[in-house]
Amino acid sequence: MPSKPTILTLPEEELVHPGNRACSGCGLSIAYRIGLKALGKDTIVVVPPSCLTVLQGLYPVAATKMPSLNVTFASTAAAATGVLAALRSLGKQGITVAGWAGDGGTSDIGLQSLSGAAERGEDFIYICYDNEGYMNTGVQRSGTTPRGALTTNTPVFGKTQDKKNVPAIMSAHEIPYVATTCSAYPLDLYTKIEKAKAIRGTKYIHILAPCPPGWGYDPKYTVKVGKLAVETGMYDLYEIENREFRLTGASRKLLEKRKLVPVSEYLKMQDRFRGMKDADIEDVQRRINKRWGAYFEMFKE
Amino acid sequence: MSIIESGNVAAALGVKLCRANVIAAYPITPQTPLTEKLSELVESGEMNAEYIPVESEHSALGVCIAASSTGARAFTATSANGLLYMHEQLHWAAGARLPIVMCVANRGVGAPWTVWNDQQDSLSQRDTGWIQLYAADHQEIINTVIKAYYVAEQTSIPVMVCYDGYILSHTHMPFEVPDQEKVDAFLPPFRPNYALDPSMPANLNTVTLPEPRNNIRGELAHGYMELRYLLHEGMIRAIEVVGEAEQRFNEIFSVSGTAYMDMYKCDDATYIAVAMGSLSLHLRVVADILRDEGIKLGIIGIKLYRPFPCGIVADALKDRDGIIVMEKAISYGYVGPLYSDICSCLYTQGLDGPSPGFPYVHNYILGLGGRTIRTIDLMDAIRPICTGKRIKDQPGWIGLKI
Ligand SMILES: Cc1ncc(C[n+]2csc(CCOP(=O)(O)OP(=O)(O)O)c2C)c(N)n1
Ligand code: SF4
Repeated sequence: MPSKPTILTLPEEELVHPGNRACSGCGLSIAYRIGLKALGKDTIVVVPPSCLTVLQGLYPVAATKMPSLNVTFASTAAAATGVLAALRSLGKQGITVAGWAGDGGTSDIGLQSLSGAAERGEDFIYICYDNEGYMNTGVQRSGTTPRGALTTNTPVFGKTQDKKNVPAIMSAHEIPYVATTCSAYPLDLYTKIEKAKAIRGTKYIHILAPCPPGWGYDPKYTVKVGKLAVETGMYDLYEIENREFRLTGASRKLLEKRKLVPVSEYLKMQDRFRGMKDADIEDVQRRINKRWGAYFEMFKE
Repeated sequence: MSIIESGNVAAALGVKLCRANVIAAYPITPQTPLTEKLSELVESGEMNAEYIPVESEHSALGVCIAASSTGARAFTATSANGLLYMHEQLHWAAGARLPIVMCVANRGVGAPWTVWNDQQDSLSQRDTGWIQLYAADHQEIINTVIKAYYVAEQTSIPVMVCYDGYILSHTHMPFEVPDQEKVDAFLPPFRPNYALDPSMPANLNTVTLPEPRNNIRGELAHGYMELRYLLHEGMIRAIEVVGEAEQRFNEIFSVSGTAYMDMYKCDDATYIAVAMGSLSLHLRVVADILRDEGIKLGIIGIKLYRPFPCGIVADALKDRDGIIVMEKAISYGYVGPLYSDICSCLYTQGLDGPSPGFPYVHNYILGLGGRTIRTIDLMDAIRPICTGKRIKDQPGWIGLKI
């Protein structure tokens, strides 16, 4: 196990060129920059249509120094399978294969191929950056959009269903490693990807990646919003390793502090939740309290 | 070595001889025995390849697309709804210029469900940018698979090898299994133009703009339309490559196959019936019988459907009294797809521009969803045409009980 990274020990080489097509304040931008450092140069990435396609650059200019295969929306995990099969069959070793997809490409249209690959135990890292909507096509709801969020196809009442729990779905596949992280915690993100690299089998990493235009906040608050998501208990950082669940990083600290920031601070910062009434916010708070009550109970020390 | 086996096994043995690296497939009748055979060959160690039992056809081609992009020789096979489920990936594979080979055991498509043979499945995928080859018997299936890899890798265009479900896929016939050494001599190892490689990073298939654009060295790179033109140009060039593959194959294996179409008793024929797949062999029986009646009927079995060898087809057809195109597919609301291709090539290519002189072309639809094609019905449909009658409403239907 490598020693705990610090901001000073992260690899200096940038695999994402400075200046790309992502919006300013893009959480994905941070996650991709740090994530590629963790994956390292000897990696092939597979990317479905998403904001990442645009970030990576329009032909013939590439914003990343990675061999990258753009594939159809539903086929990220199948394509990662194909890259692996080819490498195995050609006897090429020492190359990490990673699928890197948005939440729509993961929780909705890509879920079938992801489930198939996980069931087969394909040896790749699947990374879902979750900006909680179809941002590339103009902020429509996805399976992981949270209840209450206004999107361009839930424009009046906000989404009336809960966020789909993709890490739990992946965990049900009994793969060796499932982790959640957030672009606001680059070292947490780095550590988890680096850890995944060393594990054989299908690894799933879910990254909450705040999105200024999609969520409706000033781009300068991308880190703050991400941290609040965690500190309010709205989004938890954890690992499920060999079926064992463990809160990690900032979420683990919350466990020690036994105190959450009120979720209204998180919700009120974002325009997408402006339609939520006080009762709706209280409902969200109740749900968080219930989940965290169980955590406090579970991890009493 | 000569063996008696099914068409599906013929296809599987062809894939083995080609030393495919990665095979991904999903079961669908009547393709299943082909992929079962391949998984057996791989699991038993007889074939050194990766077999990925994927969860859908979309993923089957997804695996092949990525494997081919990584430098592997990839194979998949399907039928009917499985092929349609791949539709998006078909375009993707061709657009990315990947030399994947796929077998299609032709079957009718739902709704309503049918598992029996017609050619609506592959013909409806005509415009996806794949080369389409049609085999008429077991020998052609195995030979065509081998030639398909050569053509695909020479042109960087994927190839579909189509053969009739059940009629060929499930019947047993004797055929010659080519020698491995000769196949190796015919088909050199796959050397991709580019394969995904960390030491040579590239961002493949990314968003491409309507206009050409400079790269970082200031050189103009293609826009989307140029890439589409190049695919079309590659397809046109593939006509030549298919011919060259045939020649090479004939030389190495000491056989005498034809590349584009098989002609039966066409030399003196005044009427020609045209079909694809096993039907073209069935029609030979009809030609023999009608010739006894004094009707000079010849048969053409089209083997290369896309790119369409227009000039060659037109040359073979232009000086006849009449043409009868027999099809197991239809473009609803118009005519059979092969019929419209043949009309258009007679009109524009085989003659010096539009001319009133080209033969009348008749169209029959038959055998949809496995409807039995009886020799007597074929004779009754063809005979009147050869004595000067015309089909009243094109296309005519054979064996329709309405
Ligand atoms: C088969 C198919 N359906 C729809 C689309 C259109 N499409 C492109 S990107 C996208 C949204 C992507 O959303 P997500 O995966 O969440 O990534 P994000 O854009 O939010 O980063 C959609 C719907 C497509 N490219 N392919
Ligand atoms: S829309 Fe959101 S996720 Fe997409 S590039 Fe902009 S900030 Fe990033």
